[in-house]
Amino acid sequence: MAKHATPLLDQLQSGPWPSFVSDIKEEAERRHKNEKNVEYQVPVDVCDDLLGILELSYKDGTTHWKHGGIVGVFGYGGGVIGRYCDQPQMFPGVAHFHTVRVAQPSGMYYTSEYLRQLCDLWEMRGSGLTNMHGATGDIVLLGTTTPQLEEIFYELTHNMNTDLGGSGSNLRTPAACLGESRCEWACYDAQELCHQMTNEYQDELHRPAFPYKFKFKFDGCPNGCVASIARSDMSFIGTWRDEIRIDQEAVAAYVGGEIQPNGGAHAGKDWGAFDIEKEVIDLCPTECMWMEDGKLKINDRECTRCMHCLNVMPRALRIGNDRGLSILVGAKAPILDGAQMGSLLVPFIKVEEPYDEIKEIIEGIWEWWMEEGKNRERLGELIKRQGLAKAIAAVGLTPVPQHVMEPRHNPYIFWKEEDVEGGWDRDIADYRKHHQR
Amino acid sequence: MAFVSSGYNPEKPMENRITDIGPRHFSDFLPPVIAKNKGTWLWHEICEPGILMHKAESGDEVYTVRCGGSRLMTVGHIREICAIADKFAGGHLRFTTRNNIEFMVGTLDEAKKLKEYLNSQKQSGGSHRFPVGGTGAGITNIVHTQGWVHCHTPATDASGTVKVVLDELFEEFGQMRMPAQVRISMACCLNMCGAVHCSDIAILGYHRKPPVIDHEWLDNLCEIPLAVAACPVGAIRPTKKEIVTEKGETKTVNTVAIKNERCMFCGNCYTMCPSLPLSDQTGDGLVIMAGGKVSNRISNPKFSKVVVAFIPNEPPRWPTLAKTIRQIVEAYASDARKYERVGDWAERIGWERFFEKTGLEFSEHMIDDFRDPAYYTWRQTTNFKF
Repeated sequence: MAKHATPLLDQLQSGPWPSFVSDIKEEAERRHKNEKNVEYQVPVDVCDDLLGILELSYKDGTTHWKHGGIVGVFGYGGGVIGRYCDQPQMFPGVAHFHTVRVAQPSGMYYTSEYLRQLCDLWEMRGSGLTNMHGATGDIVLLGTTTPQLEEIFYELTHNMNTDLGGSGSNLRTPAACLGESRCEWACYDAQELCHQMTNEYQDELHRPAFPYKFKFKFDGCPNGCVASIARSDMSFIGTWRDEIRIDQEAVAAYVGGEIQPNGGAHAGKDWGAFDIEKEVIDLCPTECMWMEDGKLKINDRECTRCMHCLNVMPRALRIGNDRGLSILVGAKAPILDGAQMGSLLVPFIKVEEPYDEIKEIIEGIWEWWMEEGKNRERLGELIKRQGLAKAIAAVGLTPVPQHVMEPRHNPYIFWKEEDVEGGWDRDIADYRKHHQR
Repeated sequence: MAFVSSGYNPEKPMENRITDIGPRHFSDFLPPVIAKNKGTWLWHEICEPGILMHKAESGDEVYTVRCGGSRLMTVGHIREICAIADKFAGGHLRFTTRNNIEFMVGTLDEAKKLKEYLNSQKQSGGSHRFPVGGTGAGITNIVHTQGWVHCHTPATDASGTVKVVLDELFEEFGQMRMPAQVRISMACCLNMCGAVHCSDIAILGYHRKPPVIDHEWLDNLCEIPLAVAACPVGAIRPTKKEIVTEKGETKTVNTVAIKNERCMFCGNCYTMCPSLPLSDQTGDGLVIMAGGKVSNRISNPKFSKVVVAFIPNEPPRWPTLAKTIRQIVEAYASDARKYERVGDWAERIGWERFFEKTGLEFSEHMIDDFRDPAYYTWRQTTNFKF
């Protein structure tokens, strides 16, 4: 018998998509049975009370979680988010229900052995509820009490060789797509760069020293599977600057209908026979492709590497060999001044160990932002306030047309005194010699 | 419930302390075929919905079976995933950025058997445990935020709204009949932990009532200047107010005053000051946005646009939300060209046609009036369709 009646939530146990309600109910039951004799360190009915408080929200249409509290582990200023419910008498099992963010391996591959260790830890010292994964990429462990935090951290670091993730005005846990591990379009080793930058900047990740949060995300190619261009202050997107590699035999096989276009992604509907003119050449945004004597030609100099032709014909077209990445800066969600996407800062940079050039860009941007940024001002907002040219100057680059979609619409140029011959120091008496008052 | 020590000594917190080690290196977890062929993959294809095959230069093939997951999952559920990985995939698995689970096997035959097994697994209430799909030109898992499950600022629930929309669109998860992939995202308030501002279809929780002020406690719980500075529209100012306390005393307190007509309900003040809550049963609800994307393919990445200004919260099954999303999906599926994302389609036919074809109602709320970017969304041309 469930501790709380949940008639509203029960209606989410129907329908074909996996039900989080069923899952939590099953977990509640497992905790009560406790077949493995786990020495639970948080209340055994934590899942029941979570369902109870959620049912209350479904009934009254508002949240019952209080504004966060400051809790954490010694020496870190992030990684744990304090959480308390506003009806602790009714739901004592979730009175204290803190979140622990755990650093995920980049690309989010796991062994069952590792995940079972995590389950053992979280079953005993927490609610048994997780997010796999949170929006930023962390493994999110939902719901524990303050006395358990150091214990969890100790077990994570000592037994699992794993650290906490970021929260607060820190570098947030960086995330990457699966990159070269299983994708033919990865223009650099996104997982490795993500891992290396995460470890290089552990101090920034654990100890808040920034004006506000800062996110890195690493996309292996312009398809953008981790959405770095939309949701990271610094977005690293793989690209290349030489020629797309063409296998003309495979092109002919696509044209002849022997290979399904787009890896068979459109197989659920009859779209008719593949037409390379209509589906590839005419859709190329730069019109840099054509057929000549049965062969596909590309004017690579005009190509902007949008990926469409590669996506449609993965067996015929491959990314170039001179590979690297572009860096875009300033993406963020709407709070406060409206949503922003990343703006191009570095058109091309090679990805080579020990990544010194990339680190210089990162540190140049941070130095500028930490100097000029106001409290709770995201990098994108600072760039809007002071201008993209300041960001470009901060990393010591020369402005190029690639930085803009089009030149400015107004002539309101903030000339600097040193840019203007003779400077700005003038004498009104000299002026009056030629101009009567 | 006796306390069990991990080995941590609170008397000497620095003793044997390990810090700043970061995540585990991913190479500890790669399946052997992935580790062997990393960086040398040639091409891939989708054999059938939910099964991908990647071919490496070595000639090796790896078959990936993808199934949907709730991002909110219990350790019991994770243990089941582990058991499947052990039984079918050599003890390896991965999660995708959209909360799907992937198992990698050696042959198509094994992949098909695994798919059949996964599709046969049901929860106690009858829902699928591991529905296979989420590939190609279809609708994959909806990424989302915490909602009423665990957050202090939401205007709706996240897990529940996502569940009902995926129930509605369930068959699309297991097939590939869309003109292009449709990425749906959910964020339960404007903070957008889920960053839904560049999705084909976005579900966004939104408040519609200005903060209610807890005058008696505000000066104790908040830094008034921070609360004032938090407001992007200058609606909050410091003030003194005579109040009657909970205990019945009359006293003058330092607090804030809010110009309600200026408020656009972003909730940033509440982030800085717990004495300014916004949530309200009738005030809160959902916004639907559409036409965004992050990929650079064919057209540039785009922001999502507001296409439905408000849908009330209708827990537990949000029928209006589910119906409205279905409406957008069906109009897109029947009218867009192959490879055209929702936003590309809307731009080609024109947003005036988008509203006509989807049957959504246009209102003044869809005309941007927030600062400079608004101007660039108005129509500075006579090129429009009747």
